[in-house]
Amino acid sequence: MAWNWQVFCQETTTNEHVPGCLAGFAKGGDQTYLNWIITAWGWTLSVALSALVVALVAGLVVGTARTLTNNPVISRLATAWVELFRNIPLLVQIFLWYFVLPGIFLPLREIPSVVLVVLALGLFTSARIAEQVRAGIQSLPRGQRYAGLAMGFSTAQTYRYVLLPMALRIIIPPLTSESMNIIKNSSVAFAVSIAELTFFSRQSGEETGAPIEMYLAATVLYAISAFVINRIMTFIERRTRVPGFVASAGGGGH
Amino acid sequence: MLGSLDLSFFRWEVIGPFVAKGMWFSVWLTIIATLGGIALGTVLALMRLSGKTLLELPAAAYVNTMRSVPLVMVLLWFFLLIPFFIGRPIGPENSAVITFVAFEAAYFSEIVRAGIQSIPRGQVNAGYAMGMTYGQNMRLVILPQAFRNMLPVFLTQTIILFQDTSLVYAINASDLLKGLETAGKNYGRPVEAYLLAAIVYFIICWGLSFMVKRLQARIAIIR
Repeated sequence: MAWNWQVFCQETTTNEHVPGCLAGFAKGGDQTYLNWIITAWGWTLSVALSALVVALVAGLVVGTARTLTNNPVISRLATAWVELFRNIPLLVQIFLWYFVLPGIFLPLREIPSVVLVVLALGLFTSARIAEQVRAGIQSLPRGQRYAGLAMGFSTAQTYRYVLLPMALRIIIPPLTSESMNIIKNSSVAFAVSIAELTFFSRQSGEETGAPIEMYLAATVLYAISAFVINRIMTFIERRTRVPGFVASAGGGGH
Repeated sequence: MLGSLDLSFFRWEVIGPFVAKGMWFSVWLTIIATLGGIALGTVLALMRLSGKTLLELPAAAYVNTMRSVPLVMVLLWFFLLIPFFIGRPIGPENSAVITFVAFEAAYFSEIVRAGIQSIPRGQVNAGYAMGMTYGQNMRLVILPQAFRNMLPVFLTQTIILFQDTSLVYAINASDLLKGLETAGKNYGRPVEAYLLAAIVYFIICWGLSFMVKRLQARIAIIR
């Protein structure tokens, strides 16, 4: 089997070879598959990163709410949130946001579809992040909470100054894998025709008759994206480490 | 402001045939992928823990590759490559089964590896002190305890797997979601169909995860 990487220099409608593969980014230039895959990568990253912001904010709020022991209504609502978003497949949730909600609440039809996908992916992931946040807070010794309250802090202040600064550092490793998951999960947006990498692979593979090259390029871009996220999170983990608290890596054992 | 739902869609006579076939495939795919994934995943985990570079490296490469690629892309890859290698098309359903076993093996192998490593060192050494070989030690001492510890995680992974089977949408295999979607298109009620899909998946997954929680409390080994 021979590779055909020249296919990336083809114009996307006529399949003619375009000299200088990146012509499409200049004004009035011909759009090539190379232009398209770069744009698609941009969509993957923007969908994933915006969803990550939604997920972190919602996950932090819901996860914290689940640990409010003296407020059963709020903690039950938070538990319901987690159960709801965790037990429906992501693809079905995307269809819910894309078809069902605008079908019931008509004003939602005005919202661009990419926003709906970001909300779907973000809230789906928020349930998982909420679980990490809850586990992080609950892993702290109970005395920390009591100490905070004994100092005369309000509940909000106890969380702000005592519990969350430790809990959020503890959960950075699981948050790293969630951040990498969100890049991978953004591939499901192909189902509602967001022009991201998976949508690109399916479409261009069919149009050009060179699916292997297209899939390979998209797969490599996914792997690179996940790897970069991993490095960034490791950097954050190293910078925010509390000296002497977390057992240094490689230690322990028997 | 508010659209309306047509509740007459939610009747078994209307959607039954579509749901039954799709549901059967989704459940079957989940069971095969779980059993196949655990079997293949255990082999991969034992390879990675064998201490022999020749076995360790390929297993690690396989697991890490599978874990860094989105499932949808893996589905597309296998759907493209399997006919290419065996010389004839095998249909989206068979392709989905092979893909899921291969993909889930990577995830199950990480669970098995963590499970084996969670067995206290003393148990392993005790086995060797009794004069057991590596194989006997694994089979009689380590794996039985490890699998008992892993059972709740296996079941949780199976629930995630059941949710992930909906992604066979990418290669047009007819699963539960596809069945409901087809019913919705045939009767012109797509909104109701997707809503019903969400409800069905939710009830199944929520019920199963509730049972896993109960089980977890009962079978934990207390040390």
